[in-house]
Amino acid sequence: MNSKIQYYIDLIAVLTQKEMKVRYKSTFFGYLWSVAYPLAFALVFFIAFKVIMRIQIENYALFLIAGLFPWQWFVNSVNTSPTVFLGNVSIIKKIDFPRNSLLIATVLQDAIHFILSIPVIVLFLFLHDQSPSISWLYGIPILMGIQFLLIYSLSLMISSINLFFRDLERLTLLLTTFLFYFTPIIYPESMIPDGYKILFSITPLSPLMVSWRHLFLEGTLNPIFLIVSFGYSVLFFIIGSLIYRKLSWKFAEVL
Amino acid sequence: MNEPAILFDRVSKSYHLYHPMTGGIKSFLFHLPEAVKILKNSRYEVLKEVTFQVGKGESLGIIGRNGAGKSTLLGLIAGIIKPTQGKIAVQGRISSLLELGGGFHPELTGRENIVMNGVLLGLTKNEVFQKMDEIIEFSDLGDFIDQPIKIYSSGMLARLGFSVVANLDPEILLIDEILAVGDMEFQKKCLKKMMDFKKSGATMVFVSHSMENIKLLCDRVIWIDRHTIKIVGSPEEVIPHYV
Ligand SMILES: Nc1ncnc2c1ncn2[C@@H]1O[C@H](COP(=O)(O)OP(=O)(O)OP(=O)(O)O)[C@@H](O)[C@H]1O
Ligand SMILES: [Mg+2]
Repeated sequence: MNSKIQYYIDLIAVLTQKEMKVRYKSTFFGYLWSVAYPLAFALVFFIAFKVIMRIQIENYALFLIAGLFPWQWFVNSVNTSPTVFLGNVSIIKKIDFPRNSLLIATVLQDAIHFILSIPVIVLFLFLHDQSPSISWLYGIPILMGIQFLLIYSLSLMISSINLFFRDLERLTLLLTTFLFYFTPIIYPESMIPDGYKILFSITPLSPLMVSWRHLFLEGTLNPIFLIVSFGYSVLFFIIGSLIYRKLSWKFAEVL
Repeated sequence: MNEPAILFDRVSKSYHLYHPMTGGIKSFLFHLPEAVKILKNSRYEVLKEVTFQVGKGESLGIIGRNGAGKSTLLGLIAGIIKPTQGKIAVQGRISSLLELGGGFHPELTGRENIVMNGVLLGLTKNEVFQKMDEIIEFSDLGDFIDQPIKIYSSGMLARLGFSVVANLDPEILLIDEILAVGDMEFQKKCLKKMMDFKKSGATMVFVSHSMENIKLLCDRVIWIDRHTIKIVGSPEEVIPHYV
C-alpha cells in the first residue's frame, strides 16, 4: 500500500517536471510568462475601463490583479487540457499507466505557477498601502483545493472527449472566453443589474473567483460562496470521472 | 509447464475501420444514421478467438506477416489496448519495448527519459536512480545521454529503449522487433542480455522477422496467420512451415 502511494507521488512528480520542461523549452523568460501574461491583461483592462471608460472602482489595478491571477490558472489549465493526451501519444500508446496522472500533472504545474505569482499580488497590496491578511494562511489552501478539483474535473471531461471529437479544442477556447466576461473578474458582482443576477449564479466560476478577490483584498471568505463552488467542483468531478471511466480504455486506439 | 505468466482465453480484438467522429461533431451529427451504421458494421477483426498460455520463465516467439496482428497481441498483453472479447490474465511486472521512442518524450534528454520511462513502467524514482549508471553504460550513448532524444538516430533510440527496459528487472519482457535498427555490436549485446534474462527465469515474448534470433531465444513459437494461431510449437517445428 505504502509503495503504491509512493508510486503515485513519483509518477505525478516526474510528469509535472516533464510538463515544466516541455512547456518552457527554449523560451528565454520561462515561467516569468505566467506572471507577465495576467499583468499584461491587467494593463489592457485598466486602460480600457479605468482610463477610457472611467469605471467607478477604487484601486482598480489591484482589483484586476486579484481576479486575473487565479483566472489565469484556470484558463491556462483548461485551455491546454484538450491537447494533454494528444501531446503524450508516444507514452499513452506504449505504456499502461493511469492516464489521468497526465492531467493532474498539468493542473499541478499551473497551480505552482499561480503560487509563484502570489508575491506579485502582495507587492501590489503594499503599493496601495495595504498588507496580506492572516486569513490567507487557511484561505489560500482552501480555495486552491476547490479550484484544483474543479479544473482537474473539467480537464478530465474535455481531454477525454476531445480524443473522439476533436472540435472540443476550439469550443473550449470560445467557451472560456465567454465565461471570462460573464464571471465578475473585471467588474464587481455588485455591478450586475438586477435582471441579470442569474448570470452570476449559473456561471460555475463566479463564487470561486469572487472569493479569491475578497480573500486577497479584504481577507474575508464567504462560507456560502465556498459551499457553492465546492458543490460545482464535486458535480464536475463526478461527471468527469464517469466520462473518463467510460472512454479511457480506448485512448491508445484512437490516438 | 508451471503456473502461467500470461493467459489468453478465446481473445478477439477488432477495430473500427472508419472513424466518422474524427471528422468532428458536425459531420457526425449531420450523417448520424449512416455514421452509426458505419460505426457498427465496419469492424475489422485482427485477432479471432486466440487461446494460448506462456509459462513463467518461458520465452515465446511470435511470427507472422506484416499486419497479421503481432503488435496488437503484444499491446493486449501489456494492457494498453483491451480485447473486444475473451479474457487475458497476466502475472508479473511488465517491461515492454513496443516501438522506437515509445514511452519517451521527444523534448526530454535521454537521462530524463530514463527516469520518466522507469516511473511510468512502475518503479519508484529511487529505484530508477539506483539503476541509472547501469542503464547509461549499457546504452553506450556517451555524451548524447544529456541531449534531447528528438535528435537521436533510430539506432540510438533503440539503444536507449532497450537499455531501459532490459535493466529494470522486469518479470515479463515484451519486445517488438526494434532490434533490427541497432548495429551488429548492439544487437549482439541485446541478444546476450536476453539470454541472461532467460537464464534468470524471466518470461519473454519476442516478435521478430529474424528466424535466426527466434531460434536462438525462443522455447516455443506461435505463427499468427488469418487472424488466428496457425501453428504452435518449437522453433524447429514451426519455422520450416513458415519459411
Ligand atoms: N488503432 C488501430 N485502429 C485500426 N486498425 C488498427 C489499429 N492498430 C492496428 N490496426 C490494424 O490491425 C492489423 C494488425 O496490426 P499489427 O500492428 O498488430 O500487425 P503486425 O503483425 O505487428 O505487423 P508488422 O509485422 O508490420 O509489425 C493491421 O491490419 C492494422 O491495420
Ligand atoms: Mg508490428
